[in-house]
Amino acid sequence: MRLFKKELTPAEVVKRSREDRFDSRELINGIFTDFFELHGDRLSADDPSIIGGLAMLGEQPVTVIATNKGKNLDEKLTTHNGSPEPSGYRKALRLMQAAAKFNRPIITFINTPGAYPGKAAEENGQGAAIAQDILTSMKLPVPIIAIIFGEGGSGGALALATADQVWMVDNSTYSILSPEGFASILWKDSKRADEAAEVMGLTAKDLLAAGVIDYIIPDSRSKRVFQLLRARLNREIGQLQTLAPSTLLKQRHARFRKF
Amino acid sequence: MGLFNFAVDKNKKLDRDPTLYNQMPNGLFIDCPYCGERFYEKQLGPAKVCPNCGYGFRLTAHERLALLTTHFVEMDKNIKATKTDFPGYAQKLARAKHQTQMNEAVLTGIATMQGRRIALGIMDTHFIMGSLGAAVGEKITRLFERALKERLPLVLFTASGGARMQEGINSLMQMAKISAAVAEFQAAGLFYLVVLTDPTTGGVTASFAMQGDVILAEPHALVGFAGRRVIEQTVQEKLPADFQRAETLLKSGFVDQVVAREDLPATISRLVAMHGGKS
Repeated sequence: MRLFKKELTPAEVVKRSREDRFDSRELINGIFTDFFELHGDRLSADDPSIIGGLAMLGEQPVTVIATNKGKNLDEKLTTHNGSPEPSGYRKALRLMQAAAKFNRPIITFINTPGAYPGKAAEENGQGAAIAQDILTSMKLPVPIIAIIFGEGGSGGALALATADQVWMVDNSTYSILSPEGFASILWKDSKRADEAAEVMGLTAKDLLAAGVIDYIIPDSRSKRVFQLLRARLNREIGQLQTLAPSTLLKQRHARFRKF
Repeated sequence: MGLFNFAVDKNKKLDRDPTLYNQMPNGLFIDCPYCGERFYEKQLGPAKVCPNCGYGFRLTAHERLALLTTHFVEMDKNIKATKTDFPGYAQKLARAKHQTQMNEAVLTGIATMQGRRIALGIMDTHFIMGSLGAAVGEKITRLFERALKERLPLVLFTASGGARMQEGINSLMQMAKISAAVAEFQAAGLFYLVVLTDPTTGGVTASFAMQGDVILAEPHALVGFAGRRVIEQTVQEKLPADFQRAETLLKSGFVDQVVAREDLPATISRLVAMHGGKS
C-alpha cells in the first residue's frame, strides 16, 4: 500500500512532528468532557506552557496534564513554543500529587522541544523540577498514561512520561535531544540534523521496537482518533486500576528497569 | 604598533625558542579553571584544591576514593555498555577504558568510612565526560538495589556532562530507571546523600543528582541543566561567572551546603550517623 501512504523518512518525521497537528486544548476537549483547568504551581507562578486540570473520561474523573505550544505567535512566545519553565514542572507535580490523593488516573500529553533553556529557568532549578516530577511519578499509586503527540524532547518530555504506558501519535518523535543538537554535539555540525535523525531511532516505529513506547496512535485528525483514544484509555486505565497499588508501582518500575 | 601586529600576535607561538619550550616539563604549572590563578602544580596537594579559591579540580574516581576511604569493595566491575553500534562509539569506549582503567564512567561498591558501611558511587568525567549510558545507569541502579537489600546509606558523587548521546533514547531511559530505584530506596526509609562535583549537568541534574535527601556540593562546582552556550544563545546575553555554580545554587535553595573537599569525609560520616547509620 506504499503507493497510497508513503512511510516518511526519519528526517521527514522530524519536520512533521513540529507541525502543530493538534492544539493541546483541542486534544483535551476532543477526548474528555468537562475539562476544568487548574492554574499555578502554588509556589511562584503559572506557566502557560503546561496546561493542567480535571476532566471526565466517561464516568471516570481524571487528572490531565499537557504541554502547550500555543496557537499563534503571541502564545508561542509566552510558552517558548511549549518549553516549560520550572514552575510548569512544579504545577505538574502538584497536580500529580493531588491526583494520587483523590485516586484519579493521570493522563499526560506531550509535545515539547524540551525544557526551556533560559537563565531564570536555571536559577529556579530546572533540573531539580524535572527530577522531582520523575521521582514523584515513580511513587504515585494511580495509573499514569503518557501520550506524545509531536515532539518528545529529552528530559523535558521524560518529566511527564515516566508512566505505566507511553503512547505516541505516529510521525511524532521522542529523543534524547533534537537532531540539530545531536549533530552539533557529536559531529560539531548542526546542519547534519537529517543524518542525525536517521541514526537516532526517534520514530514511533523504532521506539515501539525498543520497548520505549507501548502503542502507536494513527496520524490522523479525524474525530475517530478521539473515539479510539477514549476507548483505549478507558480499557487500559480500567485494567491498571484492578492492580493493587504496590503491584502497579512495581510494574511501573519494572517497565523502566529493563533499559 | 604596526598595522599588521595582530597577524604577528597570532603566530606568537612560533617565536618561542622551541628547544627551551621542549625542556619545560609538562604540567609543572597549572591554571585554576575557576579563578584563573596560575600556580605550581605541587601546591595542589593530593586533594587537588586551588589554593586561591578552593575550587576542587576534577578527580578520577580512584583519586576521589583514595580521599575518602581505604576500605572499598568494588561491585559490577564488568558491566559494559551493550548497545554500541553507533558509528565510532565502540572505539571511543575502548579508548576511554584504556585511558581510565575503568569499565564505565562510574565506580560503585561498598565502602567503610569511619567504621560505617555505606554504598558508595563515584562518577568520573574522564570516561566520556561521565555521561549517562546504560552501563552507568545499570551500575547506579544496582548500587541502590544492593543498598536497599542491606539497608545501607548511599552516597553518590555526581560528575557528568549529561546523557550519553551515542546511546540515544536508552540514555534518557536511565534517568527513569535510576529514579525508580531511588523511589524504592527512599520509600524504605534509607538515606541518600548526593555530593555534586564539577561538573554535574543535563540529564543527571534532571534526575538522581537532585533527588538526594541531602544535597552537598563542592566549592564552585558547575551544576545545571542546560548548557551555558545554549542558554546564551537563547537569551542573547552573557551569563555571569557565578551562573550555575554551587554557591549560586546554595543561595537559590537547591543545595544544602557547600563543603570543602577536605571536609567531605567527616561531613559524610556525620550525616550518615545522623540518619541512623550504625557504626
